[in-house]
Amino acid sequence: MFESLSDRFDGIFGRLKGKGRLSEGDVEDAMREIRLALLEADVNFTVVRDFVERVKNRCLGADIAQSLTPGQQVIKVVNEELKAILGGETLKITFAASPPTVVLMAGLQGSGKTTSSVKLARWFKSQGRNPLLVGADLQRPAAVEQLRTLSDRIDVPVYSDSTGPVAVVQRGLEEAKSLGRDVLIVDTAGRLAVDTELMDEIASISDAIEPDYTFLVIDAMTGQDAVNTAEIFHATLELDGIILTKLDGDARGGAALSVKEVVGRPIAFASTGENLEDFDQFHPERMAERILGMGDILTLIEKAEEVFEKEEAEVAAQRLLDGTFTLDDFVDQLRQVRKMGNLSGLMAMMPGIPKEVKNAEIDERDINRVEAIVLAMTPSERVEPALIDSSRRARIAKGSGTSTAQVSNLLNQFKEMRKMMKGMAGFGTKKATKNRKDKKSKKGKKGPGGGRVQAKRAVAAPKFDIEKLDLTLPGLNKNS
Amino acid sequence: MTTGIFIVFIVVLVFLFLAALPRINSWWSKRNLARTQELAEPPAESPLPEGKRVAVPLEELIDEEPQASEGVFGQEVEDSVSKTSFGSRLAKAKSAMSGYVTSIRNSEVNESIWEQLEEALILADVGMAATSSVLDRLKKTAKDQKITKGPDLLEALKVQMKSDLDVDRTLELNSESVPVWLFVGVNGVGKTTTIGKLGQSLTLQGHSVVMAAGDTFRAAAAEQLETWADRCGAHFVRGQERADPSSVIFDAVISAEKRNADVVLADTAGRLQNKVNLMEELAKVRRVADRNPGSVAEVLLVIDATTGQNGLTQAREFALAVDVTGVVLTKLDGSAKGGIVFAIEKEMGLPVKLVGLGEGIDDLVPFESEEFVETLFSS
Repeated sequence: MFESLSDRFDGIFGRLKGKGRLSEGDVEDAMREIRLALLEADVNFTVVRDFVERVKNRCLGADIAQSLTPGQQVIKVVNEELKAILGGETLKITFAASPPTVVLMAGLQGSGKTTSSVKLARWFKSQGRNPLLVGADLQRPAAVEQLRTLSDRIDVPVYSDSTGPVAVVQRGLEEAKSLGRDVLIVDTAGRLAVDTELMDEIASISDAIEPDYTFLVIDAMTGQDAVNTAEIFHATLELDGIILTKLDGDARGGAALSVKEVVGRPIAFASTGENLEDFDQFHPERMAERILGMGDILTLIEKAEEVFEKEEAEVAAQRLLDGTFTLDDFVDQLRQVRKMGNLSGLMAMMPGIPKEVKNAEIDERDINRVEAIVLAMTPSERVEPALIDSSRRARIAKGSGTSTAQVSNLLNQFKEMRKMMKGMAGFGTKKATKNRKDKKSKKGKKGPGGGRVQAKRAVAAPKFDIEKLDLTLPGLNKNS
Repeated sequence: MTTGIFIVFIVVLVFLFLAALPRINSWWSKRNLARTQELAEPPAESPLPEGKRVAVPLEELIDEEPQASEGVFGQEVEDSVSKTSFGSRLAKAKSAMSGYVTSIRNSEVNESIWEQLEEALILADVGMAATSSVLDRLKKTAKDQKITKGPDLLEALKVQMKSDLDVDRTLELNSESVPVWLFVGVNGVGKTTTIGKLGQSLTLQGHSVVMAAGDTFRAAAAEQLETWADRCGAHFVRGQERADPSSVIFDAVISAEKRNADVVLADTAGRLQNKVNLMEELAKVRRVADRNPGSVAEVLLVIDATTGQNGLTQAREFALAVDVTGVVLTKLDGSAKGGIVFAIEKEMGLPVKLVGLGEGIDDLVPFESEEFVETLFSS
């Protein structure tokens, strides 16, 4: 998500960048386009109006007119204001002095409360806590059953009975105390902000357990009404933060921008996929950068550091630079990458990837197939794919349950890949050398600049019929 | 060190991307083809002979009207609910636009009234493009008819929007084979609940209903639907968890044929429209449901009234994948106006057929454009 918004901004900024001098008319034009882009992204109307007003005032200020690169200045102003709207700091979760820390989940029907509750429980668990879930959605048929099924997967207990929403949470709280669970997450029924009866009910739930954190769960696809809803929930419950769901869709997520601005509470967590691990704390700064088309490298690196065995990765990277990267290494690294979660989600964080590619979903089964093909090879074949002739290919296809065409496809791609990687490695080495001058003058294999030339060749002449690749690689290189 | 990790990471990722290329390409060209087709042909009424549908490529299905049939179902659905329910039930939602409307009523036609109208429509999620086109036409009308007073302008706008929404909204029920109504949409819009409520109103009218738990992905989705089926006495068909949804729905069709049931209401798992594989899965579900003895009579896209501009993308992508025949607008009893369906009807020609107004079993009513436009501007 957010990509289309960033695409729009790219276009607007592109036109500004070229200008040596900005007239008031240029600024007006840019502001009109920004307004349109934001409105089409479902940013709340009043938020847009204020935003554009602020940016315009700053842009028309004397400093920009006199700047040598006025276009850049405008971009900087938009960037700063956007970051301000999204809310600077990541919400820091602190834990109650006397456990359990109580978390109340509220929201409209279908915003994703139940799934988010379980994802949040998983997150707390990964922080070394022992959560207990309470199923207080007694309204929707089988809601508690959904909660139980999901929480079984992460091995977190659920408390629920059918006595009534307030009674259930009270007992859930006692249960948590007696079991010694230190976090209590309460899933409630979906309710409309205009339904006073149900709003009163959630107010009394809140009074009964005095939550440390009250989160409003909001669907990223929500339109102008997000602000309304958030305001009413905030007035009733005093929210501590927002949980934004379905961020893996192609909605432009304007609701995210607006709610924070109007309610003054940060987006605490965001959910980016259907798997339970596709959920993390929300980093406003990084999101602003993503909107502005700069990718989200920080999160990516964090995730990578979480799962990659550093030494192994170093070795693999080394082989890559040497051009001795084998299919074995490939499968190893593939497995590591998959541990980082949803591949499409990872792709979205990479800078410079065209949105067609980002939106295309990678079929996990295809990846399994790739793995199967490699595993059906003998160790020597994995090291030296050139060994594979047609009879070996047939054997591999049979062994992996694929077709010979699929096998040769993979081999060709691997070959191309290795070639290209040598090129990319050129860039990588160069950068690395720059960073750590003494340490990485290694291998002497490529002359100075040699890697670079090679890289250009590899990038410029891909055998694939697609220009997307060209777009992709430079973006990657810049940031590797 | 991070650089090292990162290079490896990129390798694998780019490799994966390459592995996915053929898929992306085919998807992309398919989609483009369908788009051009869509542009080339205005919504055409070209009923294809039954049974041919299965063989028709995806893109040719776009904008194809459902089969004409003997039983025009919508009429009966309409009879069962009181006509007044729609507007009066919406009244409790305080309009975010009441301020605008009051102010428009009290002013002359001038520059600021146009701005206010624009703001009001955008706040109702009608969207920039549709809003601009609506207001451009209204400006012309205002000039032609020399409208000078705010209230008159508002009336002219309502008339214009109502005539925009004047389309056929009947639900099709083909009586020769087993008609299947397929419910599709993104996650959490209310597909299962809609089926539950619709099942109730259909059984009350004396129809025999089979419900198919085609959402085999979400935990406890089948249980949720089963509860509804029990409530209204519909026959319920489910499969194993993670079973192929197509097979579950096909089983339901077979079972409906055996019992001589009038309609199969088929649930599907919620899916975001940018998930290529899931959309392909859905296309398959539709193909299989259309296989003899079943015939897909309606594909209803369920849209949440709180949805913003993404609703248009949803309509576009789902129409491409499964040839949507109509829209169900849910949760309209909240403070959201659901203006996006106006854009969807205008741009896609997809009629809103049903409206969800609450969690009660009788809270699903036929859409009425008059009421919808009135409440859009209620003060």
